[in-house]
Amino acid sequence: MRVTIKDYLFESHLFMQRSVQALVFAGLLIAILVGRLVYLQVVAHEHFITLSDDNRIKILPLPPNRGLIFDRNGIILADNLPSYRLEITPEQIHDMPATLDELARLIEIRDVDRKRFDRLLARTPAFKPIPLRFHLSDEEVARFAIDRHRFPGVDIVAGLSRHYPHGPLAAHAVGYVGRVDERDLQKIDASNYSGTTHIGKVGVERTYEDTLHGTVGYRQVETNAEGRVLRTLVRTPPVPGENLYLTLDAELQHVAEQAFGERTGAAIAIDPDSGAILAFVSEPTYDPNLFVNGIDTDTYKALQDDDNQPLFNRGLRGQYPPGSTLKPFVGLGGLETGITSESAHTFCPGYYQLPGKDRKYRDWKRGGHGTVDLRSAIAQSCDVYFYDLALSMGIDRLHDYLAQFGFGKRTDVDISGELPGLLPSREWKRAMRNQPWFPGETLITGIGQGFMLATPLQLASATATLSEYGRRMKPHIVASTQKSDDPELAPVMNDPVMYIPIEDREHWHAVIDAMHQVVQGQHGTARKVGRGAPYTIAGKTGTAQVFGLKQEEKYDAAKLEEKLRDHSLFIAFAPVDDPKIAVAVIVENGGSGSAVAAPIARTIMDAYLIKPDTP
Amino acid sequence: MSTLLDSHREDASRRDWQHILHLDAMLLFSLLALSTLGLFVLYSSAGGDDQLVLRQCIRLAIAFGAMVIVSQLRTQWLQRWTPWLYSVGLLLLIAVLAVGDVGKGAQRWLDLGFVRFQPSEMMKLAVPMMVAWYLSDKRLPPSPGRLAIAGALIVVPVLLIAKQPDLGTSLLIGSAGFFVLFLAGLSWKLLGGLTVLAGAGAPVLWHFMRDYQRQRVITFLNPEQDPLGAGYHIIQSKIAIGSGGLFGKGWLNGTQAHLEFLPERSTDFIFAVLGEEFGLFGIGVLLVIYSFIIVRCIYIATQAQDTYSRLLGGSLAMTFFIYIIVNTGMVTGLLPVVGLPLPMVSYGGTSMVTLMAGFGILMSIHTHRKLLPT
Repeated sequence: MRVTIKDYLFESHLFMQRSVQALVFAGLLIAILVGRLVYLQVVAHEHFITLSDDNRIKILPLPPNRGLIFDRNGIILADNLPSYRLEITPEQIHDMPATLDELARLIEIRDVDRKRFDRLLARTPAFKPIPLRFHLSDEEVARFAIDRHRFPGVDIVAGLSRHYPHGPLAAHAVGYVGRVDERDLQKIDASNYSGTTHIGKVGVERTYEDTLHGTVGYRQVETNAEGRVLRTLVRTPPVPGENLYLTLDAELQHVAEQAFGERTGAAIAIDPDSGAILAFVSEPTYDPNLFVNGIDTDTYKALQDDDNQPLFNRGLRGQYPPGSTLKPFVGLGGLETGITSESAHTFCPGYYQLPGKDRKYRDWKRGGHGTVDLRSAIAQSCDVYFYDLALSMGIDRLHDYLAQFGFGKRTDVDISGELPGLLPSREWKRAMRNQPWFPGETLITGIGQGFMLATPLQLASATATLSEYGRRMKPHIVASTQKSDDPELAPVMNDPVMYIPIEDREHWHAVIDAMHQVVQGQHGTARKVGRGAPYTIAGKTGTAQVFGLKQEEKYDAAKLEEKLRDHSLFIAFAPVDDPKIAVAVIVENGGSGSAVAAPIARTIMDAYLIKPDTP
Repeated sequence: MSTLLDSHREDASRRDWQHILHLDAMLLFSLLALSTLGLFVLYSSAGGDDQLVLRQCIRLAIAFGAMVIVSQLRTQWLQRWTPWLYSVGLLLLIAVLAVGDVGKGAQRWLDLGFVRFQPSEMMKLAVPMMVAWYLSDKRLPPSPGRLAIAGALIVVPVLLIAKQPDLGTSLLIGSAGFFVLFLAGLSWKLLGGLTVLAGAGAPVLWHFMRDYQRQRVITFLNPEQDPLGAGYHIIQSKIAIGSGGLFGKGWLNGTQAHLEFLPERSTDFIFAVLGEEFGLFGIGVLLVIYSFIIVRCIYIATQAQDTYSRLLGGSLAMTFFIYIIVNTGMVTGLLPVVGLPLPMVSYGGTSMVTLMAGFGILMSIHTHRKLLPT
C-alpha cells in the first residue's frame, strides 16, 4: 500500500512536471504567433494596407467628350451622336459560337465585326465587356430588347460616336477620327487617352487633336476579387475638348464642290486680308463617316484603287506645274528687280531661241503675239516675253523673288499632311541631281513649267499675297476655339508671315491691272469668264503640260488620252481694289485654263461676293 | 496525506450544480464565450448568408449536447470500453480505405446507410484513450518495450488516415498520441533521438507525399512564387491580417473578406477575417480565451485521480492547442497550408462535435472524482 501511494505521488509529480513543460511549450509557440501578428499588424501594417487598397481600388478612366467642329456660320461639320453598341462579357457566356450565331439572327454581324471581336477576346480579361457591333440601328436595338432575356452577358451600351452630318462635304479639310492604333499610341500621352477609343487621323481632326480631345477624368472604384465594380469612391470629371469654329464657309464649300461636277481637281479660296480659308475643295471626295469605326476591307480597297484617288488630298498634297499662272509673279519680279519696265517691249514671233542655239522654245500661239509689253504679255499669256524676261533675270533672282510668295515651302496651314511643292534653284539641282543649271531650264521655269511644282494651296496663298501688295498671311482654317463651359470664342491668332519689300507700288498695280485685263479686258485669255460679273476680277489662266503618266497610275488604254490632257489652272482675286477672296483652281486633265478652271473660280467668287437678295 | 484529505474535504463542500450536472462552469462559460465570438466573425465572413450562420448555431447546439452527454459517462466506464472503441475505429478506418465514399478527392466517409460517418473523427478521441489505457496499466514512466507498442498503437491509425489522404487529421491524431507519451514521461533523450530521426526522415516523407501536399510545402516556403495559384491563399490572408492593424477595420467592414479576395474565409481562413475586422486586439481576445481553456484543461488533468484520466485529459488539452497553433500558423504564413479549422470558430460540423465530446470527457474527469480509499 505504501508502495502504491509512493508510486502515486511519484506519478503525480511526474505528470505535474510534464504538464508544466507542455504549457511552456504551448506558451512559446503562442509567443511566436503573437510576434508574427505584431509584425503583420503593427510593423508591416502600412505595407499591407497598401496591398489591401491595391486589391480593391481600381482607377477607371472617364473619357472626355470630343469638341465639335463648326463652319464660320455655326453650321456643324463634326458632332458626337449618341450611338448604341453591343457588348459581350465573355465570362457570362457558356457557348460563345452559339451565342454569336444566335445574335446574328437579330443583328447584322459582319465578318469584320467578328474578326475584331475574336482579336479582342483573345487579349481581354473575361470579366471585361468586349464590343461586337457599333452603331446599332433603332430597329436592331428594339429587336434585341425583346429577346435580351435569352442573352445573359450581352448588353447594349449607349455612348457617343463621331459623326460628320454633311458626309463628304469638306472631308479633306475636316478629316476624320479613327480607332487609336499602335502608331498613335507612340505619340500620345497614354494616360490622357486611357478611356479614349478614337483619335484624329487626318485634316483638322488631326492638327487640333489636343484641343478637340480634352482631358481625361477618373473614377476611383472599389472592385471585388473578380474585378467587378461595386461602388465609386472618388470621381474626377473629365474636361471636354474645345469646340472649333472654322474659317470655312460650308455653303461656299458646297457650291465649290458642286462646280467641279464629275471632274477631279482642287480649289482653294482664301480671304486675302486674313489668310482664312473660305473653301477647301479636293475632288473627288469621300465620306469620312466610313472611317470612324473601321472601314471594311472591300470599301477601303475600292477607294484605294479608284483611278480618281478620292482619298488623295489635292489641295495640300497635289503638286502641279503652275504653268502660266506663275507669269504675274515672274513679271512682278522683273519689274521689282529692275530687269524690265512697264514700257519695255519684246517681239514675239511664236518661238524663242537661246543665243547661238538651234532649239526653238515654242509659244502656245503658233503665229506669235507680235510686239508685247508686260501688261499685254500677261493678258495674252505670251510665253516668249517671259522666256526672255526669265533669262534676263537668271534663275537665282527668279528663285529668290518667287520664294517670297511661299513657293517651294510649306505654308504651314493647320491641316495635316501638306507637301512643299518645288521651287528649283541652282543649289537644289546640284544637291538633288548633281548637275549644273542650264539656261533652257530658266526659260521654262519662267512660264511655270519644268521642275517647278506648286500645290493649289500655295497658288491661292501667293495670289492672296499679290492682291494684298505683298502682305503675306499664313493660310489657316481654324478661326477660333470655344471651351465647353464658356460661350466666348477665343480667336486663333494669325499674324502676317512677312511683308514682301516693295520697290515701287506702281509695279504691283501694273501686274494686278494686267490680271484684271486677263478677265475683263478685250483680249484677255479669260474674258469670257469675266463677262457679266458685277464686281471686278483679276486673274490668270494656266495650262500645265502633263508629260507622261505618273508612276503610280495604271496603264489603261481607254483612259490614256484623257490622262495625257493638260491640267487646267486659274488663279484670281476679287474685287480688284478691295480683295475679299482669292482663289486657285486646278482641274486635272481639264485642258485650257480659261475653259474649265476659270468658270469654277467665277462660280466660287459669285457665291461669295453676291449676297442673295433678302426677300 | 493531509493534502489529499484537504482536497477531499474541499471537494465534498462543492457538491453544487456543477457536480450534479457533471459540468465545469469555467470551461463551459469560456467555451460559450468562444462560440459567441466565433458566431460574430462567421456572420461577417458569411457576407449576409443567414442560413449559414443558422446552420452553425444548430451544429453548436449539437456539439454542446454531445459534450453534456459525454460528461455524464464515468471515466472508469470509458476506460473499460477504450480497447473496444479503438478496435472498432481501426476496423472502420480499414473499411473506409476499402469501400469508403470519395469526398473532395479523399476517402474519408463511410456510408452506413442511414448516416455518413467519418471514422477518423472517432479516432481523434480513441487513439489518446487507447494509449492512456495501455500506459496506465503499469507504473510510469513506461519501459522502452511498452513505448514501442504504444508507438505502434499511434502510428497505425495515423498512417491509415494519412493514406486517405487527410494530412490535417492524421497530424492531430499523431500529436494526441504523442502528448500521451510525453505526459507519461517519455524521456528527453528518446524525444531528442526521435526529433533527429524525424529530420532525417523528412526526405523519405517527401518521397511518399502526394503532389498537392508537396505543392503546399513549396508554397509555404515561397508563396510569392505562384501568387495567383497556390500562394494566393497565404498572400491574401497575410494582407487581410496585416491591413487590420491594431484595432481592425471594424465588424463587417473587412474589404479582403467582403470583396471576396480572401478564399475559404468562413472555414479554414476565418482567423484572417477576425484579424482584418478586429485587429490585433480582437485576436488577443481570442487567444486569451483559448489560453484560458487550455490552462483550465491542464489543471483539470493535474487534479485527476487516476493515471488514465490524467494522461487522457492532458492529451486532449494539448490536441486542442495543436488545432489552434496549426490553423493560426497556417493563416499567418508561419506553417504550410494544412486543412485544419480554427476550433469553435470555423464553419463546419463534424470536427466540432468530436472536439466538444473531448471537453465532455474533461468535464467528466473533473466531476466524477471520488474519495480515495484511506
